[in-house]
Amino acid sequence: MPTFGDLKLSRRDMLMGTAATLALGNAPNTASAQDAGVSGGAVALAAGTPSLAKVSFTVNGAAHDLNLDTRTTLLDALREHLHLTGSKKGCDQGQCGACTVIVEGRRIASCLSLAVMHQGDAITTIEGLGTPDNMHPMQAAFVKHDGYQCGYCTPGQICSAVAMLDEIKAGMPSHVTADLEATPQLTNAELRERMSGNICRCGAYSNIAEAITEVAGSPA
Amino acid sequence: MKFDTPATTNPIDQLKVIGKPLDRIDGRFKTTGTARYSYERHDVVPNPAYGHVLGAAIAKGRIKSFDLAAAKSAPGVLAIVTADNAGALDKGKNNTAKLLGGPEIEHYHQAIAVVVAESFEQARAAAQLIRVDYQDDGGSFDLRAGMADAKPAKVLGGPADSAVGDFATAFAAAPVQLEQMYSTPDESHAMMEPHATTAVWDGDRLTLWTSNQMIAWGVGEVAKTLKMPKENVRLVSEYIGGGFGSKLFVRTDAILAALGARAAGRPVKLTLQRALVFNNTTHRPATVQRIRIGADKDGKITAIGHESWSGDLPGGKPDGAVSQTRQLYAGANRMTATRLAVLDLPEGNAMRAPGEASGMMALEIAVDEIAEKLAMDPIEFRILNDTQVVPDNAKEASKESQTVGSASKSELPFSQRQLVQCFQTGRDRFGWAKRNPKPGEVRDGRWLVGLGVAAAFRNNQLTKSAARVRLEQDGRIVVETDMTDIGTGSYTIIAQTAAEMMGVPIDKVVVLLGDSAFPVSAGSGGQWGGNNSTAGVYAACIKLREMIAQKLGVNSAEAAFTDGEVRTGARGVALADAARDGALSAEDGIEYGDLDKKYQQSTFGAHFVEVGVDAATAEIRVRRMLAVCAAGRILNPKTARSQVIGAMTMGVGAALMEELVVDKRRGFFVNHDLAGYEVPVHGDIPHQEVVFLDETDPMSSPMKAKGIAELGICGVAAAVANAVYNATGVRVRDYPVTLDKLIDKLPAVG
Amino acid sequence: MKPFSFERPNTPAEAAAAAARVDGAKFVAGGTNLLDLMKLQIETPTHLIDVNRLGLDKIEASSDGGLRIGALVRNSDLAADQRVRRDYAVLSRALLAGANGQLRNQSTTAGNLLQRTRCPYFYDTNQPCNKRLPGSGCSALHGFSRQLGIVGTSDACIATHPSDMAVAMRLLDATVQTVNGAGAERRIAIADFHRLPGDTPQIETTLQRGELITAVTLPKPVGGKHIYRKVRDRASFAFALISVAAIVQRDGTGRVALGGVAHKPWRVEAAEAAMPRGAKAVAEQLLAEAMPTEQNAYKRPLVERTLGAVLAEAKG
Repeated sequence: MPTFGDLKLSRRDMLMGTAATLALGNAPNTASAQDAGVSGGAVALAAGTPSLAKVSFTVNGAAHDLNLDTRTTLLDALREHLHLTGSKKGCDQGQCGACTVIVEGRRIASCLSLAVMHQGDAITTIEGLGTPDNMHPMQAAFVKHDGYQCGYCTPGQICSAVAMLDEIKAGMPSHVTADLEATPQLTNAELRERMSGNICRCGAYSNIAEAITEVAGSPA
Repeated sequence: MKFDTPATTNPIDQLKVIGKPLDRIDGRFKTTGTARYSYERHDVVPNPAYGHVLGAAIAKGRIKSFDLAAAKSAPGVLAIVTADNAGALDKGKNNTAKLLGGPEIEHYHQAIAVVVAESFEQARAAAQLIRVDYQDDGGSFDLRAGMADAKPAKVLGGPADSAVGDFATAFAAAPVQLEQMYSTPDESHAMMEPHATTAVWDGDRLTLWTSNQMIAWGVGEVAKTLKMPKENVRLVSEYIGGGFGSKLFVRTDAILAALGARAAGRPVKLTLQRALVFNNTTHRPATVQRIRIGADKDGKITAIGHESWSGDLPGGKPDGAVSQTRQLYAGANRMTATRLAVLDLPEGNAMRAPGEASGMMALEIAVDEIAEKLAMDPIEFRILNDTQVVPDNAKEASKESQTVGSASKSELPFSQRQLVQCFQTGRDRFGWAKRNPKPGEVRDGRWLVGLGVAAAFRNNQLTKSAARVRLEQDGRIVVETDMTDIGTGSYTIIAQTAAEMMGVPIDKVVVLLGDSAFPVSAGSGGQWGGNNSTAGVYAACIKLREMIAQKLGVNSAEAAFTDGEVRTGARGVALADAARDGALSAEDGIEYGDLDKKYQQSTFGAHFVEVGVDAATAEIRVRRMLAVCAAGRILNPKTARSQVIGAMTMGVGAALMEELVVDKRRGFFVNHDLAGYEVPVHGDIPHQEVVFLDETDPMSSPMKAKGIAELGICGVAAAVANAVYNATGVRVRDYPVTLDKLIDKLPAVG
Repeated sequence: MKPFSFERPNTPAEAAAAAARVDGAKFVAGGTNLLDLMKLQIETPTHLIDVNRLGLDKIEASSDGGLRIGALVRNSDLAADQRVRRDYAVLSRALLAGANGQLRNQSTTAGNLLQRTRCPYFYDTNQPCNKRLPGSGCSALHGFSRQLGIVGTSDACIATHPSDMAVAMRLLDATVQTVNGAGAERRIAIADFHRLPGDTPQIETTLQRGELITAVTLPKPVGGKHIYRKVRDRASFAFALISVAAIVQRDGTGRVALGGVAHKPWRVEAAEAAMPRGAKAVAEQLLAEAMPTEQNAYKRPLVERTLGAVLAEAKG
């Protein structure tokens, strides 16, 4: 369908975008660019001069070497530099969860993390979980249970849900875990508490809970 | 196609595709992050510059001077646009305040500048270098202080005041009376995608990829604001990250992206930072409401009066909180009044079910209160006071008077009204019989438990809507209309409509939405989008069927479009054959006669809520929710149910936490982020149940459908508040119902 | 956000030395509070020192029977640690009541202690705020104060410390360990770590310039029933209106600390002697000096009632 996203297109754009980013902009502050990633020797910046720094990480299995303004958040690096716009900016303050991505197996708010803090990290975004023609089970369950409406919080909900199930498997407790020393189970209350960092203003919570429960393989 | 007589049997009634709980056709894109929103159009705008908006630091006054020097010379800056260099701008007719302020400042965080730079980080940093010297003129920021000077103001579609019979005498004579004041706070839409636009100029032609619910309105408003011909403006809004009314109108993101792009000579994209959403854009205005109900000893309403005060900027509009009170319950003697105070707070405007949402928050507590005074079950009271005709048809009165409607006893019938059936169905389903009518009696561990109920009511609106439908050579059907999908499911119900009409499976339908290059639709607002936009597609499909029949040489009246074939009698021809010489394209729309004047078209429901209130802390948690709705044909039960549960969720927010807090000294909403303005999270919402009553409404359109998305929020908050009362015996009439309003009135701990 | 240079040292000593050397340097750990404040230019470091890879992410038993928690241990890991869940459950509970799953994966032990207030006027750079701009005035005192402090406040500031974890740390008599640019180590009792606002609300802790938190240590477990009760409008992902942390022994003695009422975790050891007499007696002493605003006066009965529920739970 021509109206909808096209993954092949986005991958090509991604490469173009990276090149464009390298080409544009201002002369890097040489000292800080060289110093980034190594210890010592930092030099305070002249007021207002942007500082560039190199960072390398993998996103959805693909390696990226970027030279970024140090102010760039992981979220903006993904969206604006790698053109992986599945991760959303809802508040840019860590208050909504739309930017949730999985770094080294853990869900984080990518808007409150600098890209340069992720040297060597393995990052998974919604685009890395599945594609329109080959959806991850969690993505398919969201479709089946109508676990979204406008779709803007959805990638964050799904990334969060996938990582959340791993947290339960790893035995991590939550606020509603009755017995801290017991192994937590995926009850309805646990699921809702653990997903509470992902706001859905459309109010699809009841359906999202059913989607996650189905994937987890236990009754709602 | 003119729709001016009640619908009879038509191809939609086959219900092969319509009425089925199909998955959304855009679902696999939304869930894989491949649906592109307005700020994400790297596919069509590869190298945009970034805009960052600066909001005013005062509520009312003037900019004495700008110091832009540091910002201009900041790294990467391409342009700065302020009112000084923007050129002459007009104001959209739906905007109360200007979208680019200066030198006058009309409200806090009104946009006063946009900085365009090579990168997002540079634009933001440069905007923070702008120094502004203000003259702060103070202003009026307190609704309660402004009530005395508030002026009569017309409510949407009706007069400021309405009267039937003799309210004052009847109320005074009523053996059982209720008179109470209620208040609802300012609320924010808080949709997850802040307003965002990517703007590209090609000569004097402007294209905006923008997050907007109403494409055709938007084109007109952009053209008017920028003083350019409508023909030179194109709006595209393929995906919208929520709106709830905040994106009905063109906002500053679209205008400043366009101005920034012109100044920079580059495509520009910008999104409002979340902090600006609360004070820069619109909100649901706060209300103070007085409700008086008089009843006879048997519980029949003899007098009902509802007055509402709200505020807005000069030239603005009131909240229509009294609207439903003209139509919902019987009673021979009635009055409503709407007053508007001038406030220098940000612009009040439509938010999901404007009017009814805040009106029902008050009215449905009042009904609970008088039922209790009568020692009646609140459901029985509502059933007793049901009406099948509109008791106060203030629209008629408005023709005679701009402000005071004359007494008019109307015989305007409702096209369908299953309010009683909603309550009866819900009562059984929810286990209402187990409710203890004496409050504060039910305990479950640490929780005081209560049940509450409220009516849901919202009118259905008819608006013309057009579409273009094309049969491709490969047999696919392509639908084009400027209708938007703000999460409502438009893509899917439009595909279902075309599939049903053309006799093809839904995966043979391609739906293209949200582009002003397409025929003008109803757009998304006022819960009118679903019925009207699909009716427009229906009309275009009827036309395409005729073209196909003609091409195939069959009589269209006898032709059945089914299973990818056109059948007449025993003979069947593949649908695609009609396009063998080239695609066939038909454009038409639905237009309405006066069926909505002869019959009041409304949607009805009943909300049931169970809450627990912590006996020590007074924390309130919703435990169970049920909505029973009667809203015409349900085109897709899956997406319609989602609309209702979403509205129920927003209703819980309105009941328990949402409040834009006004700083009455400086005139702004203080809690302007998503940590301060709390909306419900997963943990606040239990499993929600929705029941749709079987209903088709032949007066509404060939689809026989009505709106559902706003019905779902009306009454929810009152059902929650009534449940809290049932749990605790504490009646809170000022929303949100929070623990600090209960804590001193609960029994001692222990 | 102002531009800043960035470095990633390898040892705590290098980090502290860098901070001492560069004017306007700041450490960044999880970044969950600092980056938000930098975007709004409430924080404007010129140089960020990434302390995430200094090897400070371990939880170890200490020789005195307690626990040494590395400064960079993530909140989620600390909450899930079996020793913490068993012996310091109030800490686990407090951590799990804070923020959300994502932020707990990012936030660190040291960073959590250093969170800045969530007072909305502190966050709005157009408004006067003595904490953000000393001498500009307190907008909250006569403004929106429903969430703000009722005890230990001053005319200059009524902000609260937003942390849940810190309340539990205070209850557990934790000690903060630091190193400075000269390599000198220091131990600061948690009671002395956070300051009351007084006339200098911009100074929130007793840390000195360039001083890096390396660990937080807990003394050996004290047993008893551990309870952390956080009260909020929203069921989750919200800052506390108030919170009560308690350790109650079988004989009814124990400890109590409050969150959401003051510029620091609020504990008055003298009040704990009243615990066997019940919540009212304790609350009266805890809040003896309270000066609530009209908007947050509800916190006083709320504290008493919540404490009552906590003590009842401990018994039952």
